[in-house]
Parts: sequence; C-alpha cells; structure tokens
Amino acid sequence: MEKMDLIVTGVGGQGVVLASDIISETALAAGFDVKKTDTLGMAQRGGSVVSHVRMGPKVWSPLIQDGKVDLLLAFEKLEAARWSHHLRPGGIAIVNKYEQPPLSVSLGQDKYPADKEIAAALKRQTDRFHFVDGTGRAKELGNVRTLNIFMLGCFSVFAPLEVETWREIISRRLPENIREINLTAFEMGRKEMEGVRIGKS
Amino acid sequence: MQLLSGNEALALGAYHSGVQVASAYPGTPSTEILENLARFKDIYAEWSTNEKVAMEVAMGASYTGARAMVSMKHVGLNVASDPFIAASYTGTIGGLVVVSADDPQIHSSQNEQDNRHYARLAKVPMLEPTDSQDAYDLMGYAFDISEEFDTPVLLRTTTRISHSKSVVDAKRKRTVKNPQPTFYFNMQKYVMLPVNALPRHALMEKRLLRLAEYTETFPLNVITWGRRDLGIVTSGVAYQYAREAFPEASFLKLGMTWPLPEKMIKEFAGQVNRLIVIEELDPFLQENIRAMGIEVTGKEFIPLVGELNTQIVTESSIGAGLLPDSGKLLPPAQGLPRRPPLLCPGCPHTGIYFVLNSLGQRSKLLEKKNGEPQEPKLIITGDIGCYTLGALPPLNVLDTTVCMGAGIGQALGMERAGVRNRVVAVIGDSTFMHSGITGLVDAVYNEGHITILILDNRTTAMTGHQEHPGTGISAQGQETFAVDIESLARGIGVKDIKVINAFDIKALRNGLKDSLDRPEVSVIIVRGSCVMLIRKRANPRKVDTEKCSQCNYCLSLGCPAIQSADGQVFIEPSLCAGDICTICEQLCPQKAISA
Repeated sequence: MEKMDLIVTGVGGQGVVLASDIISETALAAGFDVKKTDTLGMAQRGGSVVSHVRMGPKVWSPLIQDGKVDLLLAFEKLEAARWSHHLRPGGIAIVNKYEQPPLSVSLGQDKYPADKEIAAALKRQTDRFHFVDGTGRAKELGNVRTLNIFMLGCFSVFAPLEVETWREIISRRLPENIREINLTAFEMGRKEMEGVRIGKS
Repeated sequence: MQLLSGNEALALGAYHSGVQVASAYPGTPSTEILENLARFKDIYAEWSTNEKVAMEVAMGASYTGARAMVSMKHVGLNVASDPFIAASYTGTIGGLVVVSADDPQIHSSQNEQDNRHYARLAKVPMLEPTDSQDAYDLMGYAFDISEEFDTPVLLRTTTRISHSKSVVDAKRKRTVKNPQPTFYFNMQKYVMLPVNALPRHALMEKRLLRLAEYTETFPLNVITWGRRDLGIVTSGVAYQYAREAFPEASFLKLGMTWPLPEKMIKEFAGQVNRLIVIEELDPFLQENIRAMGIEVTGKEFIPLVGELNTQIVTESSIGAGLLPDSGKLLPPAQGLPRRPPLLCPGCPHTGIYFVLNSLGQRSKLLEKKNGEPQEPKLIITGDIGCYTLGALPPLNVLDTTVCMGAGIGQALGMERAGVRNRVVAVIGDSTFMHSGITGLVDAVYNEGHITILILDNRTTAMTGHQEHPGTGISAQGQETFAVDIESLARGIGVKDIKVINAFDIKALRNGLKDSLDRPEVSVIIVRGSCVMLIRKRANPRKVDTEKCSQCNYCLSLGCPAIQSADGQVFIEPSLCAGDICTICEQLCPQKAISA
C-alpha cells in the first residue's frame, strides 16, 4: 500500500481546514489509515493556517517530520515558501499564484517575496513545483470560495485515490446549494493539473 | 469506522457512556467537546458562566446518581480547582469525569502548565489518550472508574490530541445506568465540615491504594515488546512521536497515568537495558518512576518547553546518543514576512482600539528611546479574548494580559498604588460574565477611579462563537433569559454607565474622554456584534486614488482588508465588511474612502 504525507496551507478564511478534512475522509474511504491535524494558532481570520494530512497502512504521529512531506498544497504563495523546507527532496508542490500581503507588507515594513524568490525556496528541495491560478479560476466560476475545491482537484491528480471517491466525499461535505459549482471546480483543477503531470512526471 | 477529532471522540465516548449532564466554559482546545455533546437532545448540556460553576453543576448532577462530565482548557482547571479538589473529598455517585485540555506550545493560551500535577494534588485517577480511539475508549473507563472508586476522574488531553483527527471504531451503544437521578441525604459525604472532611481524606488515601492495584491490570496500559536494549515509557501524543522515532524499541504506553502501575513499570524496566521516558512538558512520569527507585532518564535530553513532535524527539535522542545522526535538514526560507493573526475586517474592537491608541499615544511606546523605561500616557489592562490581539502592532493597546477578569483588579491596584496616569481596563462580554463581575464589585466597593471598557460583541468570539449568559441563547439553542450587562453594572452601584456603538468613532472618542475625566468607576459598554456572526456584506469601501494623499492613516487600523501595493492603499473588496463597519471612511482625513 502506498503512503502519502501532505501539508495543506493558506491564510485563514481560504478553506484550508475543509480541504484537509475532505482529503482525510477520501483517504479513509479508500481504506487508508489516516491522521490529520490543523494548526491555527489564534487565527480567526488572516493568520497562517497549516494542516498536516497523513495516509498510509499505519500512521503514528499526526505531525509530519520536517523534510518528509511528499506534497505541499498551498492556497497562497507566501505560505508555500514558508513551509518549503518541510518538503522531501523531489517532493511535489502545487501553489496558487494568489498573493495576500501580510499587514507588515502593507505598512511597508516588509517586502512580499517575488515569484522567483518563492520558486527558489521550493527549488532548494525539488523541481516538481507547479503554480496555478486557482483564485482566478474560482473567480471565473463565479465564486472565489471554490478555490479550495479547485486546489483539491489539482492535488487529486497526484493522490492515490479514485475520482469517484473524491466526488462522493465532496458531495457529502458540501451543502446542496454550492455542491455543483464545487464539483465543477474540482474537475477544473483536475484538468489543469493533468496536462502538467503527463509532461513532467 | 469514522474520522473524529480527539474532542469529537471524547464527546461521542461520553454520550455512549450514558452521560446525562455536561457542562463547560469555552476554551481552546477544549471547546468542541461540549459543542458536540450539545447536539444530542437527550442529554442536558450547558455553557456555564465559568469553569468553577461548570464543575459545581457536574458535581451536583453526580451526587444524584446521574453521569456528568465537565470540560475545560488547562487554565480553566485553575478557576475550577476549588470545587475540583472538594469533589475528590466528597466523591461521586454517578460517574464524574473532568476533562482538562492542556495546550503545550501555547497555541492559544497564556501558559503551558502541565495539568497532570492536578491528579496528584487532588488525589484522583487520571487517564490520557494517545489518539481519538483512545479518547473514545478511555471515556467509557473514566465513568466506570469514577463510580467504582467513588472519585472524580481527570481525563487529560492536549491540543494535538483534541484537534487531530484519526480513525475511530465507536463500538458502544448508549446506555443510561440511572435514568431517574435521586439525591439521598448523606451529611458525612457531602458536608465538608472538618469533622467530615478529615475522615473523607483518610478514605481518599485508601482509594488511591486500591486504584494503584487497579491500574496494574488496566487494559490501556500496554507493553509492546521490541528490542530489549531500550525501553520507553510514554503517554499521550508523545507515544506517537516516540513510536515513529524508535520503530524498534520496547514500549510501555500508559493510558492511566495516575496512580502509576508500579509493578508493571518495574517489570518493564527489569527487562530492558535502558529505560527512558518520553513525555511532553514536565517530567511527571519520570520523577514518579524515579521515586520508585528505578533508574530512568528523559528530560535530560527531551525538551521541557513547548510541544514535542517526531522531529524534536528524534533530534533530542540523536543528541543523547540513542539514535544515529540522520544528516542535516534544510532550514526554513529566510526573510519571509510573518503573518500574525489580526482582528478581522469589520471587527467591533478595532474602533475603540484605534481611539485608545490615539488618545493614549500608544504608538510612541514602540519607538526605542535608548532603553529608557516608558510610561504609557494611558495604562490599559487587558483580558483574554480576540481583543488580546490588540496588544500587537499597529494598535498596541494593552499593557497587561494574564487571565480572565484580571484586568479590572489590576487596574484598581495600579490606581490605588498611586500611578499618575489614568487606568483603563478592557474586558469582553463573555469574560465579564466569567470573572469580571467580582472585579467590578471590588472597584465600586473600594471607590476606584478607573474606566472599564466592556467590549460587548454578543458572543464568545475567539473560541468560535459560543453563547454565554448575555446572549439569550443556551448551549442547546434554546431561547433563555439574557443577563443585561447595563442593569447588572447599575445594580452593583456604577453610576456612570455609557453604551456606545462600536462603529461610531466620534462617540467612542468623546465617551472615553468623558469617562477618563470622572473621579469614579466609569463603565463603557462598547456594543457591536462580532462581524463573523453577520453573514451579510454590502458595499465594500473603495479608495478614491485621486483624493488619497497616501498618508497611510487608514493602515494604522490594522484592518486586513486595507492593503497597499506600490505605495497606493486599496481595499480588498472580498475582505471588506462594508456598511456594517465604515471605520476607515470615518477616519480618512482626505475623505477619500466611500462606498
């Protein structure tokens, strides 16, 4: 049986926790042992959020060891750089191009890293990183809040899990009025990444 | 099989064990336990005013033969410690389980005290889950032990257990042992006069001896044999880290950590070449094992401070020569801006904090003046809640934060000590109910000259919007009496009470100025609903770049919606709260912000 350790990260309010819940439940439905843990700190909104999700034949610690993350799924690009050192050599990173400047950047005290600095941070560990315009795609769909499910679609291409199981769990976790749009977002994410995967892996 | 967080598993475990009364005060990481229990309509679940009251409610229920559970965060047990220790004296009838959720790493607390010491202090048995399955299973044992041994049981969890999800097989079906609770007269048991309490203490000591026997065969104290050169005693989430760091070692996993199974530990220690303890925070297991005359190490290399993880356990063990060096790790990327938590866009605390910042010239405190001590123009004592975030830049409005309710007493103490500056205490609505009322009584009774700001956002916000005695809704969603803060303060004897709209900057400034000039206790209730409770967002504000002089005054609000790119301020429409807030619009000197 395969195993996969991943980090899902973003900014409070982007739906990181729901996304990692759906990943965990999909993995459970696929027969994996699963553990997941969220670190929110005091953030209600606007702080860094990071979820660890682990699936495998048997999982002990809910937290993944540094340098052993198979896949980093980042909903905001500064957060991708922040957790880049957790990736294992040759791990995969999927990064939403979206930029949400922290207050210190808006106040002019700090500089938001340029795209090439973010890429350099990831490149220290891997060449397999992919930037996607998740926020743009979610807006095109008409609901920016579908970003998290779009990103799940991107991730699903690399996950040892069946598409039908994903669809089933997403449908179970989301209320009816936003179910269809999110299933569409999932498909869009999948399509976006499928081409990339064939090209690179 | 289902995925449950530790807190969900504790709630389900309690429900299946036939809990009839559950009480709690919200506190990270314990809050979801009662939230989950409150959904079951065939039990009684309440948000209590504070942890002490919650404990007393659960005790009363237990005395009638009902099964009762009380849950709280670690510092909540400090508040509840008086009745908690009393409960150990009186014992129980129906099972009484006390859940303490500790917070190693201080993810969202003011300290990282290790509440395992409370089990020893109160002389009660303690159980510690290593994952959600344990949390579910241990809850069943906890109720049984409580009834069999006439004692409250401490079930100690931590943030990483409570807030991690893992797979649970919830095998039990709900059964209620005593469907008709009845109280029977028993003065020797319940009335802790010295003449009764002393014999009860003797019974407690006997009880501990019987529990020490019991724990020797407790099913969740488990030995797993591996290589005999290293034996590891561990409990809680540390077990998971240790298993991963030492896949080949022998393990003694303790599900019951007070009293300790001395015979079992000795037997385990006798069959391994070296014994170590891997535990989070204090050397609780280690010192008690050492006191048995067993040679053991642990805290010599495992950190005392902060949360553990597999990484820390591995690195510490490499340092102690227990594991081979595994090579260098990549460091974090350098020079990245931090992303500290902020008050939300549209937060009702932002306006009054801006006023406090400007009237108190608080930003000056951040300027370094050759290390000279700086005296705030306005001293502001704080409290525990979202508004604690106002201590951070750019608002910088708190001088103290220690525990719930403390700000009022501290403000009075400073004023009475004779400081030259005016003192303001800031407290929230839920916290005021929790432990601010007694402080206010004290300030009025002792004729203090302080101003008390009650930031009334109509909820317990930071822990995720729980109801409280001021909201008029119970934990189970029933409409109930709403305690009126204004009348309460008036009844206490406060003469100057103002109620001000949290989103009216001018009124806040004038009101605060007036209160500061008064030679008496002055209460300002700053009222505005937590923005997270209001779904509707209309008319996000925009910056007119023609009018904007780029003074950046609006950025000093610290609102996450107000951002800047290439020197030009803009308001992110997806974040702005719009019409319900408008604070930036009221403040802009150029009138450049509008709908």
